[in-house]
Amino acid sequence: MNAIDNKWIGQRTIRPDGADKVTGRAGYSADNAMPGMIWAKILRSPHAHANIRGIDTAKAAALPGVKAVVTARDITEFPVDTPVMLGIQDMRWMSRNVMAREKALFHGHPVAAVAAISEEIAAEACRLIEVEYEVLPHVIEIEDAIRPDAPLLHDFLRHEGKPSNIASTMVNKLGDIEAGFASADVIIERSFKTRPVHQGYIEPQACTVSCTADGKVTIWSSSQGQFMVRAMTALLTGIPQSSIRAIPAEIGGGFGAKTVIYLEPIAVLLSRKSGRPVKMVMSRDEVFRATGPTSGSMSTVKIGAKKDGTIVAAQGTFHIQAGCLPGGPVRGPVGCSFAPYEIANVLSVGYDVVSNRSKVTAYRAPGAPLGAYATETVIDELAETLGIDPLELRLKNSAGKGTKAAYGAVFGDVTFKETIQAIRNHPHYAAPLDRAPAKGVRRGRGVASGFWYNAGGESSAQLNITEDGNVTVTTGHPDVGGSRASIANVAAELLGIDHSRVSVLIGDTSSIGFSNLTGGSRVTFASAMVVTQSAEKVITQLRERAAKIWKIEPEAVAWSDGEARPAGANAGQFPPLTLKELAAKANEMGGPIGAGVQLTTTGADPGFATHVVDVEVDEELGIIRVLRYTAAQDVGRALHPDYVEGQIQGGVVQGIGWALSEEYLYDKQGRLDNASFLDYRMPVCSDVPMIEPVVLELPNPKHPQGVRGAGEAPLVPPLAAISNAVYDALGKRFYSLPMSPPKVMEVLGG
Amino acid sequence: MSKLHVTTTINGEEVEFLCTPAQTVLDVLRNTLGLTGSKEGCGTGDCGACSITLDGRLVCSCLVLAPEIRGRKVGTIEGMAQGDRLHPLQQKFLEMAALQCGICTPGFLIAARSLLEQNPDPSETEVRYWLAGNLCRCTGYDKIVRAVLETAADMRGAA
Ligand code: FES
Ligand code: FES
Repeated sequence: MNAIDNKWIGQRTIRPDGADKVTGRAGYSADNAMPGMIWAKILRSPHAHANIRGIDTAKAAALPGVKAVVTARDITEFPVDTPVMLGIQDMRWMSRNVMAREKALFHGHPVAAVAAISEEIAAEACRLIEVEYEVLPHVIEIEDAIRPDAPLLHDFLRHEGKPSNIASTMVNKLGDIEAGFASADVIIERSFKTRPVHQGYIEPQACTVSCTADGKVTIWSSSQGQFMVRAMTALLTGIPQSSIRAIPAEIGGGFGAKTVIYLEPIAVLLSRKSGRPVKMVMSRDEVFRATGPTSGSMSTVKIGAKKDGTIVAAQGTFHIQAGCLPGGPVRGPVGCSFAPYEIANVLSVGYDVVSNRSKVTAYRAPGAPLGAYATETVIDELAETLGIDPLELRLKNSAGKGTKAAYGAVFGDVTFKETIQAIRNHPHYAAPLDRAPAKGVRRGRGVASGFWYNAGGESSAQLNITEDGNVTVTTGHPDVGGSRASIANVAAELLGIDHSRVSVLIGDTSSIGFSNLTGGSRVTFASAMVVTQSAEKVITQLRERAAKIWKIEPEAVAWSDGEARPAGANAGQFPPLTLKELAAKANEMGGPIGAGVQLTTTGADPGFATHVVDVEVDEELGIIRVLRYTAAQDVGRALHPDYVEGQIQGGVVQGIGWALSEEYLYDKQGRLDNASFLDYRMPVCSDVPMIEPVVLELPNPKHPQGVRGAGEAPLVPPLAAISNAVYDALGKRFYSLPMSPPKVMEVLGG
Repeated sequence: MSKLHVTTTINGEEVEFLCTPAQTVLDVLRNTLGLTGSKEGCGTGDCGACSITLDGRLVCSCLVLAPEIRGRKVGTIEGMAQGDRLHPLQQKFLEMAALQCGICTPGFLIAARSLLEQNPDPSETEVRYWLAGNLCRCTGYDKIVRAVLETAADMRGAA
């Protein structure tokens, strides 16, 4: 796809961590053990909403084999009236999420934790803890939570001056919304609902922690950022960051959910009290009940257009579930929903709504899929009403260079149009579709688009030349899906050496400079940038060494194909010096060769995606199957195409689950009813077809390799694309997700 | 509680361990024997991350009690490569990027090996249904299915 003639960048090389992962040797979160280690378990609230009057841990502590007990009293208290921000997380809420303080806010909220010589004893001790609860009325759904008479979760939250479950409001505004709608020929307004879905990573949260008598802490756990683990643990335990070493274990999936922690501070406190290393592993039930999910939503979107298809006004109201504490991804739907389009008048409003559910965490393009589901469905209806092809309508209104988005950005070289054209020109879009292949079976086709901001931020890298002339690169970012492979390609390319001579490692918090989270589609962008700068510094050093050996000016030395050469005829006649030869002479010619770069990277450009999907609806069983899926996305530059395609394919299948089968179900007592993989239905292999990625590479001019980002955008369009395809098949629209068999039967029956 | 003494064969080697009657094979593999290649994604038989073979049959090790493997033959991911030679499926998974985070990979490899032992020439649909007991949240299954199909073709060619 890309014209750039690279030797390694863009090649499908074998990932540096691959052999360990196919042989079972890679060390994930739960795979670690420490000498003398004990096990910890968490006691969780059996109520959806209750005041905690008292906790008596005496019996638990007296059980033989129990080594330590902790409650919220052991965790740093952050008063509710003073924000303590760590990135986008507010530690006031994190601390209350890790362990219930005044109140238990959801069924499964941690109340106490015990460490004992075995998991069984720890679990038994949890049962001996006596908690005095005062059970309160609970509220689960958004529509109930925003009623004036709703049970209130927090007495400190105010909305429009009154106590409320609405924690905050966000408004993006552009132009004059009223005048915009007044000038429209057609206006369509629809309301939508989605349910919370879980990120569904296969590796439950786990950690092994050692706190020694001198106060030094070692944490082994997987996360989307070891520096986040260190900082949050430090804040919640009061231990200085310099005393904490957070080692990034291999991570078994995160998708945003592992940008926060649940266990580490508790394990640290238990280890400090007991004087023993402590291991904690969540069960799948705990993962479903008390981590993630992403928000459910209630949205209304109204779009007005001229007869020729020009969109003149767009308004969105998005109620987003935060879970039990503030902090839902409101910025996702508010900012992303209308960003793909050039619209003069926009009003986009979001509300962060608390209820008695586990606190939500990020999930790929946090919140954006919820907004796109609403907007892209209304656009589909608009296209039908106006008699315009849905891709043409998008193309006509697509944002381009100079478009001002309601969230504030003025776009540079954005490439939304290209993704629409890629789908329009793809054989899939023109392929004939047998709309009624059998009795009771209908097929349809749908399209939708999506937007994600992408991100830069802090990254660090260290690139060293080994004494035998090979290369090690260390970065500070956990590798969630092949970023080491991309980095190896970049380093090999720049240094002009064989890929196999580069090893790429993820450093712990004490061995590499601060690096922000792996998330927001930022890691390849940011780490490629710092690795490039490190490589450039190393190449400068290598040229200086060669210059010294040849006794010429460094400017007269060129670096190419992994060796120093005289730059042109005037530089003199010298046989080239290879990396190996320069490394062998390193100590006599000035010392070790290596360079590190720590940087707050900038220049991230937004990502766009356009998808087309064919579905089949079985009218008798209510089952919807995806038959064919094609996803076009501009990633700027695919440093390693396999892992870019993988991001797209994986994101699309997560979207299929979100659209068709995944949802959080609660019973009348506010308890999660389907906290297992059996009852929470994620797509399995036989549910889905091959997913065809169309990877566009329109380089980001502000990045050395042209990278934009890949991981978030694929999850933005699928909800609407599938919903639009189902409409195309049935002639009936769903305005809520998931389109599970009971709902299909309901819509068909009605 | 007094523990049970169990002798079994794991990846061709005789192994002894002590366990409680309620411990699962997965627990013993991971926490007693240090064989952490088999993963626990759910503990309820719904994700396949703990897949092993028991006398050649594919099972979820989280659903088998440890005393049940007495005198039987267990195959885990740690025994899939022959010395430093990867199994063709392992090699193909690497070459075709059939893993992202890799936590599901041991389970998929064990399950796919057992498929190819029974059916050296599976269709895409057969691969998809055979692997339907293994969850992967990263890849969307595309590259996994392709890698299994291609390995099957290679192995047939080599046979
Ligand atoms: S851990 Fe055994 S099937 Fe999930
Ligand atoms: S590669 Fe992550 S779950 Fe399969």
